[in-house]
Amino acid sequence: MKIIAKDREGKPTAIEGRAGWTIMELLRDAGLPITAECGGACACATCHIYVEDGWFEKLPPRSAAETDMLDMALAVQPNSRLSCQLTCSEELDGITVTLAPE
Amino acid sequence: MPSFETDVAIVGAGPTGLFAVFELGLLDLKAHLVDILDRPGGQCTELYPEKPIYDIPGLPVVTGQQLVDRLMEQIKPFGATFHCGEMASGLKRQPDGRWKLSTDAGTEIVAHVVVIAAGGGSFMPKRPPIHGIEAYEGKSVHYAVRKMEMFRDRRVLIAGGGDSALDWTLNLAPIAKTLTLVHHRDGFRANQHSVGRMRELAAAGTIQFHVASVKALHGAGGQLTGVTLLGHDKREWRIETDALLPFFGLTMKLGPIAHFGINLHENLIPVDTARFETETPGIFGIGDIITYPGKLKLILSGFHEAALMAQAAFHVCRPNEKLRFQYTTSSSSLQKKLGVAS
Repeated sequence: MKIIAKDREGKPTAIEGRAGWTIMELLRDAGLPITAECGGACACATCHIYVEDGWFEKLPPRSAAETDMLDMALAVQPNSRLSCQLTCSEELDGITVTLAPE
Repeated sequence: MPSFETDVAIVGAGPTGLFAVFELGLLDLKAHLVDILDRPGGQCTELYPEKPIYDIPGLPVVTGQQLVDRLMEQIKPFGATFHCGEMASGLKRQPDGRWKLSTDAGTEIVAHVVVIAAGGGSFMPKRPPIHGIEAYEGKSVHYAVRKMEMFRDRRVLIAGGGDSALDWTLNLAPIAKTLTLVHHRDGFRANQHSVGRMRELAAAGTIQFHVASVKALHGAGGQLTGVTLLGHDKREWRIETDALLPFFGLTMKLGPIAHFGINLHENLIPVDTARFETETPGIFGIGDIITYPGKLKLILSGFHEAALMAQAAFHVCRPNEKLRFQYTTSSSSLQKKLGVAS
């Protein structure tokens, strides 16, 4: 299971997925520059990513808490998600995400 | 200019800084704390007051707010002085060897020891990623409203969808020449009463509301004249404005600590693990802001670091006194300090 993560310059990195981990944890573990300052509590909006077309629709919809917290994110787009709210699973093998600007 | 003398000045009133007051207090060392937030607690109360924490020894589950409340109760006997809502902005060694910590509010604290317990740094407003925004900050881009009169008869644009954005929309609408609220969706996390009031003003044409984000700024010499908005349908349009107020909450930045003259490694402060002292004698570091081999950013690690720091700080503050290690379970002198002596 792989996740393709693009940094803010668009450079892609393939990250080995781990079931049960959040995408935020995988990005941070891989050393990508994602702040995630609240540590995954859906409380800071600093793990903001864009999900590539085709994948966004496959994700479980945003919770009310995530939608609210995205209001504190910068440069929100229709394909914005908070990566701490996305849990890795086999169905997401190959998902491509891009770090949002900070 | 308020000036204080104490044993230890602590930068940061998060859980680690608070517990440092306890460990210092057991050794009869007095502390002052400086924190940019308006109340103690740091990340625990600012970011996750309601979230349960499961890895505090002896507390199977405790929320961020509960932990801070309990720490405040635990350190109460030691009468620390809090300087909340102030940012530690300068650090200078005095001729007598002590340190003078100054804040952006003009407070000065002279202490034998300074402890940096600043976690992820200072909470500062999030800066939207708009090209060239720095050039307008302080003049026509503001992250807080200090004087409402500044915006009288001005064209004001507010960006964001939380309580700050809505509150200032309602407060400034009566005095601004025009007021535009820009938010990325037609929904708000703010107080529903404020949202209802805003929608009434928008329906009446008193304010404008756009579902969009600010894409570009126009102006010269720090003075805005307009912004380009971008809608979800990629449509762009321009709005004339004199001021932009972005309200996207807070994020942590290292801030002025970077200029304190303390050695930094990738924005963290290296310390030795026996004393938790930085490479500058008399300046100590504890909690998430420090680094050493094996460092874990856990609250419990910060507590351990505070205990060892206090032992070392004692010798700096009281060079001619002998430190006797005692347990709170059995020492009547410690129990007296805690106000629990029988």
